[in-house]
Amino acid sequence: MLKVEQLSISYEQKEVVHNFSFEVEQGEILSIIGPNGSGKSTILKAIARMQPYNTGSILFEGENMRRLSSKEIARKMCMLSQQNQAPSDISVKNLVAYGRYPHKKWFERLNADDESVIDWALEKTYLSHYKEKPIAALSGGEAQRAWIAMALAQRPQVLLLDEPTTFLDIAHQHEVLELVRELNRDMGMTVVMVLHDLNQASSYSDKIVVVKDGIRAQMGTPNEVMTEQMIQQIYRMEAEIQYVSWDKAPRIQLKNTVRV
Amino acid sequence: MIHTARSRMIIITTFVVTILAAVIAIGLGSVHISIPDILSTIVNGRNNEGVYTTIIWDIRLPRVLLALIIGASIAISGALLQAVMGNPLADPGLTGVTSGAAAFVLLILLANPELTHLIPLAAFTGGLIAAAIVYALAWRRTGITPITIILSGVAVNALCGGVIGFLSILYSDRLPSAVQWMNGSLAAKGNASLHMIYVYAIIGWILSIFAIRKANIIRLGDQVATNLGESVTRIRIMLSILAVFLAAISVAAVGMISFVGLIVPHMARLLVGSDYKYMLPMSMAMGAIVLLIADTGGRTLFAPLDIPAGILMAVIGGPYFLYLMRKRAF
Repeated sequence: MLKVEQLSISYEQKEVVHNFSFEVEQGEILSIIGPNGSGKSTILKAIARMQPYNTGSILFEGENMRRLSSKEIARKMCMLSQQNQAPSDISVKNLVAYGRYPHKKWFERLNADDESVIDWALEKTYLSHYKEKPIAALSGGEAQRAWIAMALAQRPQVLLLDEPTTFLDIAHQHEVLELVRELNRDMGMTVVMVLHDLNQASSYSDKIVVVKDGIRAQMGTPNEVMTEQMIQQIYRMEAEIQYVSWDKAPRIQLKNTVRV
Repeated sequence: MIHTARSRMIIITTFVVTILAAVIAIGLGSVHISIPDILSTIVNGRNNEGVYTTIIWDIRLPRVLLALIIGASIAISGALLQAVMGNPLADPGLTGVTSGAAAFVLLILLANPELTHLIPLAAFTGGLIAAAIVYALAWRRTGITPITIILSGVAVNALCGGVIGFLSILYSDRLPSAVQWMNGSLAAKGNASLHMIYVYAIIGWILSIFAIRKANIIRLGDQVATNLGESVTRIRIMLSILAVFLAAISVAAVGMISFVGLIVPHMARLLVGSDYKYMLPMSMAMGAIVLLIADTGGRTLFAPLDIPAGILMAVIGGPYFLYLMRKRAF
């Protein structure tokens, strides 16, 4: 579905991502994890055309994304960042309606089909009752859901999420990730996300890529990647991997910082 | 939640009030003309031999129309710049677009008076150069902050002020008429100015209707706009050119009028919300009526003195601007 090949990215003349490759299949959830400053968000931004890259290529269903117009890409892929600012008086429904613009010519109005996509996106994100409310009146979790609804209205095949839970409390974090999982399961939406929380990455991902210093350190299923050695190498933390009865994903218990 | 039906009503009401105010303004002056007389003189056409034909057709009507057109254009210009820079402080005056345009117009008025027909083009060029300098100075990776707008506006305004001062000394003999123009006076502009700009203004207004959706999209931030398949840089450049165009034709016609582009969009936003579908037409109507009031006030309050609308706007606009700062509107 989405293939990143030998990507190198420089930031102010310093190369921060080196020769980075990974691939995500249709219908998978892939998480990128790594310490602060490892380059994980930069990689996601490069995929979303918000960060130029020097060498390498990004292929969408085998086609180089550089050859697609930004509107074509907007119909296939959508990125959501950790925090978005909207004009505070815009209503939820109007915000979600912007998601239809990549499908419209510049003078075209929204038609009944667009309206039904918008309603569907609101319903999927449990925001139907809030559609006339201004964004500023929503809680952090609801606002994040409204942005996801806008992304859904774009009807993308791939959803990119940059730390979607960072500014939310634990209940809202759970709510957003459950929604992502639901979209993935019900609609086969492919998801690539950057996460900080190792346990969230472990339980919500099919595949995990570990980044350190702009280099791909590991890639595999949560079971393959989440090991005590990995956590020690990447985060310099001592950890214990546990398994609980109600979740087949490994759970990470952090213990001490390893002194060097 | 600002209701769309209510916003529509407010906009329509403002347009109606603007037209009424225009009719009343035509009647005001050293010779008072009653509303029925105004209407009949206008309906009968300019070749009719009425008592008021000359006053209305040659003096008052052109001046009122000029005030409406220019007020509307500057307000739209400010509203567009505010979308482009993502900041309510962006205004053709504060950013230096107005004085850039003025410096270039003075270059013609003072140094090359034979090229008068090029004034609109000169204003547009000067405005574009000023806007380009502001972007070069103020743009950071994270966007434009109020401080950087003000600072680069100060720099550009100082630069243009220097050019204007230099020109005034070089050509001091031709200065008086230029000073009258620079103050933003609508007096004695009449039909000539009106004919010079009205086509441009209408083109600018039509283009700004098409700019509404783009302006709304960049308000969502660069990242979201990119996500929606828009080229943020291209939108910025196009909207800026349009904003400079509208400000420049106003400068070309009547000189420097400050604060309309800053205050009017702000008031419009308070009344109808920040959606450009409503905010832009509201700014247009309010800009028209605000400048009409400033100009009519200027010529009637201190009659027989004719205070330039630009000066009156500065006197009203300055304190209002301070009031907004106190309320931390920026």
